[in-house]
Amino acid sequence: MSILVFTLILLAGAFMAGMLGSLTGLGGGVVLIPLLTLVFHVDIRYAVGASLVASIANSSGAAAAYIKEGITNVRIGMFLEIATTTGAIVGALLAVYTPTHIVAILFGIVLLFSAVMTLRKKHEHAETEGSRLAGIMRLNSSYPVDGKQVDYKVRGVGGGYALMTVAGIVSGLLGIGSGALKVLAMDNIMRIPFKVSTTTSNFMIGVTAAASAVVYLQRGYIDPGIAFPVVLGVLAGAFSGSKLLVRMNTRKLRILFCIVIGSLALEMIYNGLTGKL
Amino acid sequence: MQMKSLFNKSFWQERDVEMFIGQQLRWGVFTSSIIALIGGIIYLVSHGGGTPAYHEFKGAPEYVRHLPGILEGVARLDGMAIIQLAVVVLLATPITRIAFSVLAFAMEKDRLYVFITLIVLGVIIFSIFSGLGG
Repeated sequence: MSILVFTLILLAGAFMAGMLGSLTGLGGGVVLIPLLTLVFHVDIRYAVGASLVASIANSSGAAAAYIKEGITNVRIGMFLEIATTTGAIVGALLAVYTPTHIVAILFGIVLLFSAVMTLRKKHEHAETEGSRLAGIMRLNSSYPVDGKQVDYKVRGVGGGYALMTVAGIVSGLLGIGSGALKVLAMDNIMRIPFKVSTTTSNFMIGVTAAASAVVYLQRGYIDPGIAFPVVLGVLAGAFSGSKLLVRMNTRKLRILFCIVIGSLALEMIYNGLTGKL
Repeated sequence: MQMKSLFNKSFWQERDVEMFIGQQLRWGVFTSSIIALIGGIIYLVSHGGGTPAYHEFKGAPEYVRHLPGILEGVARLDGMAIIQLAVVVLLATPITRIAFSVLAFAMEKDRLYVFITLIVLGVIIFSIFSGLGG
């Protein structure tokens, strides 16, 4: 296979990854890393670098749309970014000392977890009782529901911060946005309404990924020959996905996607255990 | 968005500032993909016939791992360096957004969040200059 053919096939694959990522809200990386490693037999370190770049492209593109609607809570995002960026740098450092088959196994586990998370019941209720710390940090806010502003209060700031640090480490180590972990921290611990936590998580992914991507760039994990088809493909895919989203039955799509993701995850774990990755 | 409105106080006090940041993100992504496309075409013309060697990890060429090397490469119209410039623009997009947020919170006189945002900016600047990737 020549570089030209490799590039074209990768471009098509990245397009699919971007489209699936945007339809399910999981981001491009979760499909991209298995695609690069299992199908193209690319070393997982190159895959991690490419996936980080794709996450930034995805997040920046989508965040612009969400901020416009006024759902994103910029204060919560900024406060928790202290946790995710420090975590991301720690993760990028850990990556040097982590054997690639361990990275593959960890990736599989996070992938399985993300698949389960997309099927879970969402926390849609706006809380009226918040914690004292949330008040001091001015995290409580309001968001639009059917044209009216609804107030919500925030709890579990310490626990949410701790889990966000873990999300940052995972993101830095595996090169994914770890949106599922971020949403878990904001939904289940901080009790933030689902719409707010999803968009705020997306807002944070770009900044978190940039913190570790800088380290990966200096280390040579981001290769131009892979980065170029991946960035263009994922962006075009995510854009088409967001247009399709309006017209599709997302419930059925999510279930289908979870099966696909689940089997990819098992294959990553299997290849990691047998030392093939 | 006109440059002049950036220095207008009421602009920063209204939600317009968030819209501006949103547009800045979109422009960053757009600029980056145009640069990546140009670099990619040059790269394919010069390297398209070669064989991809990503099975074993050797790392990207040394000169595309840091900004001075990338810029020198861009001046030579080197495809790989131009693609890597697109990556740098993409990385810079969320980082610039943080810098704008510092200004936005400062105009709202929200000292707590000016401080918090500066910490985030500091962490990222640390990751750029600490040589951790070295």
